[in-house]
Amino acid sequence: MTLAVVLAVIGIVVVLSLLGALVVRARRGAASPPSVATPEPTERPPERPPPASGAAGLAGSVIAPSESVSAPTEPAGETPTYRERLGRSRGMFAALRNLGSRGALDEETLGELEDALLRSDVGVATTDMLVGAVRQRASDGAISDGDGLLGALRAELLQVLDQGPDAGPIDRSLSSAVDAEHVAVWLFVGVNGVGKTTTIGKLAAREIEGGHKVVLAAGDTFRAAAADQLGLWGQQSGAEVIRGAEGGDPSAVVFDAIARAKAKGASLVLADTAGRLHTKVNLIEELKKIRRVADRDPGDVTEVLLVLDATTGQNALVQARQFSEAVHATGVVLTKLDGTARGGVVIAIQRELGLPVKLVGLGEGISDLVVFDPAEFVDALLAPDRD
Amino acid sequence: MFDALSDRLDRISTRLRSRGRLSDADLDEALGEIRTALLEADVELGVVRGFLDGVRTRLAGASLSKALSPGQQVIKAVHEELIETLGGEGLKITYASKPPTVILLAGLQGAGKTTTAAKLAKWFKQQGRNPMLVAADLQRPAAVEQLRVLGEQVGVPVFSEASDPVSVAAAGLAEAERLGRDVLIVDTAGRLSIDEALMDEVRRISGAVEPEYTFLVIDAMTGQDAVATAAAFHASLGLDGVIMTKLDGDARGGAALSVKGVVGKPIVFASTGEKIDDLEVFHPDRMADRILGMGDILSLIEQAEKTMDAAVVAKSAGRLLDGSFTLDDFLEQLGQVRKMGSMGGLLRLMPGMTKEMRQAADQIDDREIDRVEAIVKSMTTAERTDPTMIDGSRRRRIADGSGRSIQDVNQLLKQFREMQKMMKSMGGGGMPKGRGGMAKALMGRGGPDLGQLEAALGGQMPGGAGASGLPPELAAMSRGVSGDALGSPKGGSKNKKKKGGRVTPRKGR
Repeated sequence: MTLAVVLAVIGIVVVLSLLGALVVRARRGAASPPSVATPEPTERPPERPPPASGAAGLAGSVIAPSESVSAPTEPAGETPTYRERLGRSRGMFAALRNLGSRGALDEETLGELEDALLRSDVGVATTDMLVGAVRQRASDGAISDGDGLLGALRAELLQVLDQGPDAGPIDRSLSSAVDAEHVAVWLFVGVNGVGKTTTIGKLAAREIEGGHKVVLAAGDTFRAAAADQLGLWGQQSGAEVIRGAEGGDPSAVVFDAIARAKAKGASLVLADTAGRLHTKVNLIEELKKIRRVADRDPGDVTEVLLVLDATTGQNALVQARQFSEAVHATGVVLTKLDGTARGGVVIAIQRELGLPVKLVGLGEGISDLVVFDPAEFVDALLAPDRD
Repeated sequence: MFDALSDRLDRISTRLRSRGRLSDADLDEALGEIRTALLEADVELGVVRGFLDGVRTRLAGASLSKALSPGQQVIKAVHEELIETLGGEGLKITYASKPPTVILLAGLQGAGKTTTAAKLAKWFKQQGRNPMLVAADLQRPAAVEQLRVLGEQVGVPVFSEASDPVSVAAAGLAEAERLGRDVLIVDTAGRLSIDEALMDEVRRISGAVEPEYTFLVIDAMTGQDAVATAAAFHASLGLDGVIMTKLDGDARGGAALSVKGVVGKPIVFASTGEKIDDLEVFHPDRMADRILGMGDILSLIEQAEKTMDAAVVAKSAGRLLDGSFTLDDFLEQLGQVRKMGSMGGLLRLMPGMTKEMRQAADQIDDREIDRVEAIVKSMTTAERTDPTMIDGSRRRRIADGSGRSIQDVNQLLKQFREMQKMMKSMGGGGMPKGRGGMAKALMGRGGPDLGQLEAALGGQMPGGAGASGLPPELAAMSRGVSGDALGSPKGGSKNKKKKGGRVTPRKGR
């Protein structure tokens, strides 16, 4: 990057921003749209203002959440399988399944295959690749009917999902391997509303059951009541929750949680972070700092899990790329897969970024978080309708 | 980032252009590119098909204009179709004759209902109403507490009680009547459209409060599923409109088109940030540009308004007008721009930026801007006001002071001279005309006026890989960027850019 480029870009931005100001004036001078309340330019508030605390009491009855909220309980029994859960969503690739019995193999059939992949958010580039591979197999004479086509697609999907960057198998386990001096830290990152806090709540129960002593760090100090939400999950699973002041420094909360874990001999800290769009430079910087602090002795970040919402479309690929660059994500947690959304974008993420899905969220119950299994995932995609 | 549709059409446009007419084959190829662009923007496949039919009809029926190249006509048709689909009849909120006016929010988990509820409350308050919030999300742990905290922030009372969501909603309505609140916003738990029990529950909530308006809250990043979700909620609740959230990210937001296409109800509000004020009335035209990846200059301007210090900007803008823009102004303005976010993010919002430029801008990190600032800050006040006085020994001093090389100092001075020249040509002399032209170039968008459209879109079309639709001076700067960033631009593209890219904004329209 030469200085000339930097200067040219800066020049363009500076000039355009000034012109923008002129346009605004011109626009203001003319009639301003009446129905839209445009806020007057004011002093810029801090990127994320701490929520006004201690505001005066308000009218209306407000009750404490602990009275009203029955935390989601579902008998922590058997772990659900993909197929059971996905059955709820009327199965996936309905179009494809109808192909199963079709005899002829033609462009129309391949078109249906393409549609099914596109409708599952697999994305144009990855769909083209998959359809191209199946077409190739067909023209090689390896496929003669619709069943063969399904088999070929299954194989292609599995190949994408199952193969690590160096052609080896993908490790989907969550690592908490640290020496006795250190505490393993799992950091959860992602955009707003994908289910980070809920994932941590469920995972805490699982890890405690697995024999870990777990401390939860309520690192989302921005969203109102996020720490309360994590606290309720902590109550359920029996994990201690370390929280800071709302609007406080999330790095400090994570650091405190690690210190607390060390002091009480816990081996694992699950660190929540506030949801943030990958486009917000300051917030991504904040996240980098959280990771640095969490990696400071005695902390040792062994997993950085990117939580993705299965309903998200192609932007998930951008999210995965940006978060990976910023904090070196080690895997994906794909949530809300029990709905009608198909989460096909993880295929593109695996293919383009080599970032594997490690866990899948299949419901709101505490046991509805399961290890991702590509064979089951693909089978569920292609399985016949259950209802 | 995905390619903007304009970039895609660029690739096939040379051929389109040479013909001067759209053949059926050309049209098919162009429609194929549009299809890919829409799918990458997350528009649902079925909606994409219907949309392409619309574009085809438009192009087939329209008489070809001489003023526009075939490629431009395609873009114009797409743009018009988008605005027509997204826009249509808007929703004007009217208030119930017997208050309160009840608004019910529903949607999937994590769409942003609770935050939106508080933002809406604030909005209604700004409209002079007395809203009240009801926390009927008893499902998610601490959701009630979240709404309570947000309610405090906006100064709106929040009602909830420990019972069941239907009773809470009914009791909330009674409470609002008792307190004389005239708008009641009911927040509900996130639910999957296939969860029969919860869908039944939200129907009963709706039955209990009989809302004037039922809004689906949907995430702008939603993929193909947007259609299934919207259709299911519409079937259950009879939606009146849609609120899109998280539009402050870089998702193209094709879900807007999907939802509108399937449900036929307007998108009423757009949530564009995490702050409680970040809710705005939805603009179909901006969304159209966004889906097409054509930049969003109005959002950029609004972002500037929100973050920039008005006084500083006014001062610098004033100097811009009389041509006395100094390095001090440059420094100040740079500081203002930095507050708005990354250079890459800003350039993305600007129309007419090529992929190469966006990439170059993406690579600029804060340290590099620091270095530029360091050079300017190593100059004396006199030098900043009149850079022409900077001779060899001053250059050396400035270079030493900022830890940069003399060449770097030279480059900065050269670039600054070019900026000054550019500003003078735009700002000085015939300013009223020029300003009108520039404003048109920046704002002219998809209206019926072909000239405006040409000015706004021209450069992105055939051959115009440069940043045109901007004045030639800026295009020249941008050429410098892409050229340097790429090493050497593709063969002959400089000439091409000059020819195709220079679409000077029409003056005085």
